[in-house]
Amino acid sequence: MENKYNILIVDDEPQIRKILRITLESNSYKVMEAENGKDGIAFTAANKPNLIILDLGLPDQDGLSVLKNIREWSNIPVIILSVRNSEEDIVSCLDQGADDYLTKPFNTSELLARIRASLRRSAQVNEENVYSDGSLSIDLVSRTVKKETFEVKLTATEYDLLLLFVKNVGKVLTHRYILKEIWGPAYIEQSQYPRVFVGNLRKKIEDDPANPKYILTESGVGYRFVSIK
Amino acid sequence: MIDNPEPNRPNPDVLLNHITKKEEKTHKGRLKIFFGMCAGVGKTYSMLKTAQKAKLDGVDVLIGIVETHNRPETEALVKGLEKIPLKEIKYRETIFNELDVDTILKRKPALILVDELAHTNIPGSKHLKRYQDVLEILENGIDVYTTLNVQHIESRSDTVKQITGTTIRETVPDSILDHADEIELVDITPGELLQRLVEGKVYTPESSKQAIQNFFRKGNLTALREMALRITAEKVDKELRDYKSEKNIFEVWKSGQRLMCAISPSPYSANLIRWTRRMAYSMESTWIAVYIETDSKISEQNKNNLLQNFKLVEELGGELITAQDVDVVDGLVRVAKENNITQIFIGKSQTSSLYKIFGGKSYLNTLMDKSRDLDIYIYGGDRPEQKNIKSLLLEFISKSHSGFGSYLSVSIIVSVIATILYFIQDNIGYEVVSLLFLLIVSVLPLFNYRVGPVLFAAFLSAVSWNYFFIPPHFTFHIEKPADVLMFFTYFVVASTSGFLSTKIRTQQNFLKQKEERTSSLFNLSKALSSATNLNDIAETSVKNIEKVFNCNCIFFLVDNNRKLNAKPHSSSSFVVDDYDWVIANWSYTSGRKAGKFTDTLSDADATYYPIKSKSGNLGVFGIKTENNEEFTFDQEEFFINFITQISNAVEREYLNQIAKQSIVTVESEKLYKTLFNSISHELKTPITSIIAATSSLEQENQVNSNKIQSSLIQEIRIAVGRLNRLVENLLDMARLESGKLKLKYTWNGISDVLNSVAARMKEELKTNNLEIKIEGEVPIFQYDFGLIEQALINVIHNSIIYSPQNSIIFILVKVEDGFCKIDIKDSGPGFPPESFEKLFEKFYRVPGTKTGGTGLGLSIAKGLIEAHTGKISAKNNPDYGATFTIMIPIKL
Repeated sequence: MENKYNILIVDDEPQIRKILRITLESNSYKVMEAENGKDGIAFTAANKPNLIILDLGLPDQDGLSVLKNIREWSNIPVIILSVRNSEEDIVSCLDQGADDYLTKPFNTSELLARIRASLRRSAQVNEENVYSDGSLSIDLVSRTVKKETFEVKLTATEYDLLLLFVKNVGKVLTHRYILKEIWGPAYIEQSQYPRVFVGNLRKKIEDDPANPKYILTESGVGYRFVSIK
Repeated sequence: MIDNPEPNRPNPDVLLNHITKKEEKTHKGRLKIFFGMCAGVGKTYSMLKTAQKAKLDGVDVLIGIVETHNRPETEALVKGLEKIPLKEIKYRETIFNELDVDTILKRKPALILVDELAHTNIPGSKHLKRYQDVLEILENGIDVYTTLNVQHIESRSDTVKQITGTTIRETVPDSILDHADEIELVDITPGELLQRLVEGKVYTPESSKQAIQNFFRKGNLTALREMALRITAEKVDKELRDYKSEKNIFEVWKSGQRLMCAISPSPYSANLIRWTRRMAYSMESTWIAVYIETDSKISEQNKNNLLQNFKLVEELGGELITAQDVDVVDGLVRVAKENNITQIFIGKSQTSSLYKIFGGKSYLNTLMDKSRDLDIYIYGGDRPEQKNIKSLLLEFISKSHSGFGSYLSVSIIVSVIATILYFIQDNIGYEVVSLLFLLIVSVLPLFNYRVGPVLFAAFLSAVSWNYFFIPPHFTFHIEKPADVLMFFTYFVVASTSGFLSTKIRTQQNFLKQKEERTSSLFNLSKALSSATNLNDIAETSVKNIEKVFNCNCIFFLVDNNRKLNAKPHSSSSFVVDDYDWVIANWSYTSGRKAGKFTDTLSDADATYYPIKSKSGNLGVFGIKTENNEEFTFDQEEFFINFITQISNAVEREYLNQIAKQSIVTVESEKLYKTLFNSISHELKTPITSIIAATSSLEQENQVNSNKIQSSLIQEIRIAVGRLNRLVENLLDMARLESGKLKLKYTWNGISDVLNSVAARMKEELKTNNLEIKIEGEVPIFQYDFGLIEQALINVIHNSIIYSPQNSIIFILVKVEDGFCKIDIKDSGPGFPPESFEKLFEKFYRVPGTKTGGTGLGLSIAKGLIEAHTGKISAKNNPDYGATFTIMIPIKL
C-alpha cells in the first residue's frame, strides 16, 4: 500500500508526536513534525502538506490562531486534537474552517478513518448529481429523496439541510455553520432551529430516529453525517 | 414648563416611602385601635365583638388582657375566647398581673386583644409601658386590637388638663396613632353616656355619682368628644392624602415646612413641644426640637426636667438636636439655618422685669432681630409660677454649684488676707489694701470658684475693707467723702471684675471640656482606624470608653452565623448572668438600647447599646457606670458618638473579613485551575500515547513489523514511567502537606545516595551525562536515604529537562558550616530573575517553558530538604545555565 500523502503534526508533546509518527508511518503516510505554532505555519507554507494534525494547546500561540493564519491562504484539511471539555474551542475551530476534531486520548483507527475522510473530501472536485449509499438515495437534479424504494417527502428546508449534510459526508457541521448556510447569517443565534429540523429529518430517513445511523450528534458541537456502505 | 415637565408625576421619594411603609406593614402585625372619648363608651365591648366575628371567620384570636370592669354585657363576649394567662409580678409585697408578652410571642396567635393601651406596667415588667409591649408584638407579625381614650394621647394631655383639671399620667406617644392601620371611633353622645353612668352600666352606683360630679361633666364630655372626633378626622384626612399622593389623583401636596421648637429645662417646654407637634401634624411638616447648651450650670431638678422634655420629643416622633453655644439665641439661629427651618416655635420670655428696666433685651427680642426671615411663633400657654425669695436663693446657690464649702473657703481666704493686710497696713496704706483685695477677688475664678462665691468674696472684702481699714477703723462709718466714693467704686469694680472673670473662666472650662471631648473622640477614631482586627477594635473600644466615661464595659460580638455570642469579648471588664445576656440579646435583635435606665427591662445590671451597621447589627456594648448613676443626656449623646465610631470600625472589619474570604476563594480557584490544567495535561499525555500505541498494535491491517511493534511498546513504557513519576510526586506532595512525614534517619555516606540516584535515572541520563565530584572529606552522617534520594532525583530531573542534549549535569559536593552542600549545575537557559521567588512554589512553572511537568518536582524537593532542616536555593550561573544548591545539615 503506497501512500503519497504528506501529513504535518503540530504538537508540543514529543511523546505524542512520536506515537503519531509511528502510527502514520506504519500506514504509509509521510510525516513532518512541528513543536510550536510558528514552526507549524512555516512548515505548512514551505512544504504544502496534504493534511495537518493540529494540537490546540501549543506553547507559543493557541491552535485556533494557527488555524486562522493557515486558513487565510490555504484550504489544506486540518484535524484538531484537543482535550475533552473544550467544546467551545472545538466549535470555534470548526467555525474557522477546521475539517474535523479528535479528543485525547484517541484511538488510532479512529484517527486514520478521519484522516482518510478528510483527504477524500479535499480530493473531491466535481459534485455528483446523485448520492446513493444503497439504502438512501438522493437525486440532486429532481430534488427527490428515496429510502429503499419509497420516496420520502421532505419540506424545502429539510431537503436543503439534508443536501448540506450529504455534501459534507463525514464532516462535523457546527450549529452556527448549519444556521448560516440554511437560514442565513441573521439566524446564527437560533440554535434550536437545527435541533428541530434534524429531529424531523431523522424521523423521515432514519430506521430508528432515537438511535440514528446517518445524522450523528456531536454533543456540544454540532452534527456529522455519515454514509452507510 | 421646564422645571417640572410632568407636574402630575409623584415624587419618587414619596412613592418609595409608600412602598417601604407597605413592606414594613406586610411583615409587621396590623394594629387596630378602638378609640373613644373616655371610659364607658364601649370600646372594650366593640373590640370583643369584632374579635368574636374574626373568630367565626377562623382567625386565631387570643385575649392578652381584657378589663371587663364586671360589666355583664362585656363579660358575655369574653366567653369562647382563649386567654393567655397574665404574668404575676411581685412589687413591694403585692402581686400584680401584667400582660405576658413572651408567652404571646411564643404562642404566636394571628390576633391578640390588648385592652387599655395607655397602661403603665409595674416595675419589673419587660417594658415600662403597655404600648411598648404592643409594638414588640406587632413587630413579630401578630395583629393587635387595642383600646384607647383620647385623654391618653400625649399631645392632648395638657389640653385635657386644661379642660378637666385632671392631670393625665398614663399617656401614649402620638406616633402610636401613625402606627395604627385602622382607628375605629367608638362614639356615643355625652347624654347617652351620662344615662349609662346613671344606670350603673359603667361604674358601681356609688362611684358613678362621684364620677359624674368630677370628670364626667357634660361640658367635659363634649370637649373630649370633639377632640376624639377631630383626631379621628385628622387620621382619616391623612389616609386620604396618602391615598391621593400614592394614586397620583391630583397634584402631590407638599408643604416644604420645617418647624423647630426651642426647648429649655423648664417644665413648660413640654407644652410647647406638644403644641409644635400638633402644628407639625396639621401642617404635614417635619419638626425638630432644639436645646442649646450654654455654660450656665443647671440644677439637678432642671436636668431631670430637661430629660423628660427630651423623652417627650422622642415619644412624639420629633428629631432632637442639642447644640452647644455661649449664646442661646446665636445657637438657635445657627441650628435653624443648618436645618432649613421655616418656623421657630418658642415659649414666652421669662426675663425678669428688673433686667428689662436696665435696658436689657429679652432673648425673644434678640431672636427676632437675628432670625431675619424666619417666622417665629410664641407660645403663651402657661406662665411660670412666681418663685419666692427662698427658692430663688436656693437656686442661685445651687446654680453656682459651689455649695456651702466654697462660700466657707472664700470667707477664710478673705479673712486670712485681711488679717495679714491688717498688720502691714501702716506700711502700705489702706488704699493699696483695696487693690490687693481686688487682686484676690479677680484670681478666685482661676481656682474654679463660681460666680456666687466670687461675688460673695467681693462683698466680704468690701465690708472688711470698710470696717478694718478705712478710717475710722472698726466702724462701717466712712469719714471722708473721697473714701465713700472709693468704697463704692471698689465694690462695683470688685463685683464686676469677679463676675466677668468667672464668666471667662467658665467659658474657658466649657471650651476645654469641648476640646477634651473632641480630642477623646479623635483619639478613639485614631486608635480604631489603626486597629487591624476585631480583637484590637474591641480592646481599643473598651479601653477608651472606660477611660472617658469612668465606667465598666462589656462587649458582645456576633458569631459567624450572625447570632450574638453568649460569651462576652475577652476585653470586657465585667461579666453578666444569663438574665442580662437575654437583655443584651434583645437589644441586639431589636436594635434598640435596653437594660438599666431604659424603658425596656430596666431591672438589668447594665445598659446595653446595639452596635449597628447597614447590613444589620453586629454586637452589643454594655456599660455600668462606676457610681451607678444614669448618664446625663449630654453624656449619653457623647457616648452614642463613641458607639457610632465603634460600630463603624466593627462594620469595616466585618466587611474586610468578607472581602478577605472572597480573595481566598479567588486564590483557591486559581490554584485549582492551575492544578487541574497541569495535572490533566500530565495525565492525558501518557494516557493518550498508551491508548494510541495499544490501538495501533491491535490493528490487523497495519504492517505490523517487529520494528514498529517494539517502538510502540517502548512508547508505552516511557508513558507508564511518566505516569508513575506523576503519581509518586502527587503522593509525596500529599504526604508532605499532611504533615505526617516521618523521617527515618540512618547513617549513610553522601556518595551512596548519589550513586543510587544515578542508577535510578539511567534511562533519562541516556541523553545527558552526570558528573559527580566530591571535594574534601564528607563524613558519614544521618539522613533519610529515600527522601534525600527523591529530592535529588527531582532536582536533577528538572536540570535534564531544561538542558540541551548531550550536555553535562555537574554535581559538586563539599562540607560547609556543618552542612553537606550539594551544587547541581546545568547548562540550560537559566531562569528569568523574576521567577526565583516562585520557583519552589507548588504548580509554578516558569512561563514559556517546555510542556511536560506539573510544577511539583521542585516544591517537593524543597519540602523534603526542609524536613531535614536543610535549605535549597537556585541561582543563574555567570556564564550559562543554573545551579541548584542543596544544604543538608550534617547530623552525627
